[in-house]
Amino acid sequence: MLRLEKLVKQYKTGDKALKGVDLEVPRGQVLALIGPSGAGKSTLIRCINRLVEPSSGRIELNGEDVTRLGAGGLRQARRRMGMIFQEYALVERLTVMENVLSGQLGYVGFWRSYFRRFPQAAVEEAFRLLQRVGLEQFADKRADQLSGGQRQRVGIARALIQGPDLLLVDEPTASLDPKTSRQIMRLICELCAERQLAAIINIHDVALAQMFVQRIVGLRQGEVVYDGTPDRMTPEVLTEIYGEEDWAATRDKGAGDGHAAQAVAEGDAMAAM
Amino acid sequence: MSDTGFDAQDLARRWRPPPLIASARLRWLLGLGAAIYFALAIGTLEVNWLRIYEGLDRGWAFVIAFTDPDFSTRWIDIRDGLIESLVMTVTSTVIGIAISIPIAFGAARNIAPLPVYLLCRAIIAVSRSLQEIIIAIFFVAIFGFGPLAGVLTLSFATIGFLSKLLAEDIEDIDKGQAEAVRATGARWLQLMNYGIQPQVMPRLIGLSLYRLDINFRESAVVGLVGAGGIGATLNTAFDRYEFDTAAAILISIIGIVMIAEYSSGLIRARVQ
Amino acid sequence: MPITEHAGAKLWQRRTTGRQFAIWFGWLLGVALFLYCWKQISDVTTWYFFWDAPRIAGDIGGRMVPPRWSYIDKLWVPLWDTLNIATLGTALAIVMAVPVAFMAARNTTPSATLIRPIALLIIVSSRSINSLIWALLLVSIIGPGILAGTIAIGLRSIGFIAKLLYEAIEEIDKNQVEAISATGASRWQGMAYGIMPQIAPAFAGITVFRWDINIRESTVLGLVGAGGIGLQLQSSLNVLAWPQVTLILITILIAVLFSEWVSAKVRHAII
Repeated sequence: MLRLEKLVKQYKTGDKALKGVDLEVPRGQVLALIGPSGAGKSTLIRCINRLVEPSSGRIELNGEDVTRLGAGGLRQARRRMGMIFQEYALVERLTVMENVLSGQLGYVGFWRSYFRRFPQAAVEEAFRLLQRVGLEQFADKRADQLSGGQRQRVGIARALIQGPDLLLVDEPTASLDPKTSRQIMRLICELCAERQLAAIINIHDVALAQMFVQRIVGLRQGEVVYDGTPDRMTPEVLTEIYGEEDWAATRDKGAGDGHAAQAVAEGDAMAAM
Repeated sequence: MSDTGFDAQDLARRWRPPPLIASARLRWLLGLGAAIYFALAIGTLEVNWLRIYEGLDRGWAFVIAFTDPDFSTRWIDIRDGLIESLVMTVTSTVIGIAISIPIAFGAARNIAPLPVYLLCRAIIAVSRSLQEIIIAIFFVAIFGFGPLAGVLTLSFATIGFLSKLLAEDIEDIDKGQAEAVRATGARWLQLMNYGIQPQVMPRLIGLSLYRLDINFRESAVVGLVGAGGIGATLNTAFDRYEFDTAAAILISIIGIVMIAEYSSGLIRARVQ
Repeated sequence: MPITEHAGAKLWQRRTTGRQFAIWFGWLLGVALFLYCWKQISDVTTWYFFWDAPRIAGDIGGRMVPPRWSYIDKLWVPLWDTLNIATLGTALAIVMAVPVAFMAARNTTPSATLIRPIALLIIVSSRSINSLIWALLLVSIIGPGILAGTIAIGLRSIGFIAKLLYEAIEEIDKNQVEAISATGASRWQGMAYGIMPQIAPAFAGITVFRWDINIRESTVLGLVGAGGIGLQLQSSLNVLAWPQVTLILITILIAVLFSEWVSAKVRHAII
């Protein structure tokens, strides 16, 4: 459904963030993208919906090359790709409901959106989604009154109301505590399963990724260095992705279920390196 | 210090606060330069003590006038002048804001393309570098005497103030929020409406109220050159040495400014 | 609440109907007020002059070029006066504004019920009245000249400097002041060690900022006889010597840009 071919991103400074990435994501597959800071994970995700313009290569979504689209076509393509952000990126001075409905912006004209006259079907869908993420009673709260976990749930609802085929998820848990992180990850994966959505989840926390996804892609300095199932993530693979470190120690702790929270915390510590 | 138990070597050390300017020579030069400058500058004041002595009476008369302002003698002039000033304030602020907002969007580097950005910045620079009173002189020459020239002057001055500060606020927005709106497939106007407007609205309201206040104060000045408002009445009062009437006008201005500041404080607290 | 149930379906509106009406009504009032004010202006305007404006503007513009460059010889002294008015005026304002600021700040005022309102009244009076009007007043009292301009600038600047300074004082970190008091320091020592270091950068920044504004304002004080380059502007305008006016405006523009540059540099160095 999504296919990247030789995707390259070179910044004006000359730094190459992506060096020819090839990736194929079938419908309904949830994929975790891991790698050290600066590996190009964020850039890759933002290139797919062209928030960052790729320098060369192809991005095929449902057989259509996204890189060749004009402004109007790009907006249509973006509707098919919901995005979830690390710092939630809610419009803080709008209410929860307005934030969720802003996911419909690609479908309605300017004046309708200006006067907040969204189609009743969209409003009903928004209520359903808010109920699904457990925030029904918060519809009229302003987004800046919510806690981090609640904000991320609003962010998820906003992405889903677009009716996407693909979710682009950028560090959904990096600003959250370990427990909320797991809840958010579980929610995203459940929703993907319910709606047959593919997702690319860009994540620092390897243990958390292994817990929830079917496929892991490791990125290092703009190149894919690992692509496989979570259970094949050996210390050697981690060294390949992140560099030398005593991975065995972390892995052993992560294996015991009772220490899961600790493993999450250590995953965060690892991410900081 | 001697009883704090430092050893002999420490006792011998002296401590002074480190100077602001490290080089002693530069420090002295700057100090000397400043002293010479102030001596020269004060020398140019050409104080005419006799004139000041004469003026003391008038000065005292003015202070007295403040305790006993005369609203009644020229009440009609004061009332009409103040109303005209207020009318000019409202009109020029509304027109000024209406022009300023598009220019502010154009002058924000993060949303405007380079040519538009340069054009809008140039407009702002022109508006800011010209004094209101100079613009008023020209507008009076071009459009004739009367409040219209004043309104146009104040509207023009509003652009430089409001567009600049609003543009800076737009440049400082949280990019994440705008990016998220863009990612939904929103068009440009929708991005402005959902991604930018909510973020800059409190600032826009605050600046507009502040500018309303400034425009009122300035409307008293443009009258000095015939551009309408209370300034003409005030000028006449000073020319005739009618300090009690002048005091009445000044007290009215101060009172209106105080009311404006107080109410704008209330409104700003509400729109946070 | 903006959410209503209707025939089993949940409806959502941005605002409740009542609130929406209130907002529309507010807009209606605002538009009506604007139109009323515009009508007032329009009634006393001779629209013939307005439509004739482009021609007159072109006419004046034509007379203004080329500037009379030789006139610059007569501008050096007024320019020097302008600088002095601004600088001495700022110095005068600082001397008076600092005590006012300490009296106006909630945490340093000697008496919140008696002295603070007086200080605030001084601030608002000084701020409400433009320096040109202060100059008008002073020319009327002590006669035309640079002194009147300097005092006018000083009086206008008190409010500005004192307001920004007292806000800076109110925002200081209390712990530092407490720590100094805890050493047994007196009230004045507490100010010198606890408060002054905290507000010094803000104070320097405010002063330079106001100096920059004062350069701008002192260029036009001459229009009411209070010295500086504005005197030349006034006399050139009186005799309709447009080429001279052009040169004076260019000079003022350069002076303003120069002072803005200096002030930006100094503030940058402080921060």
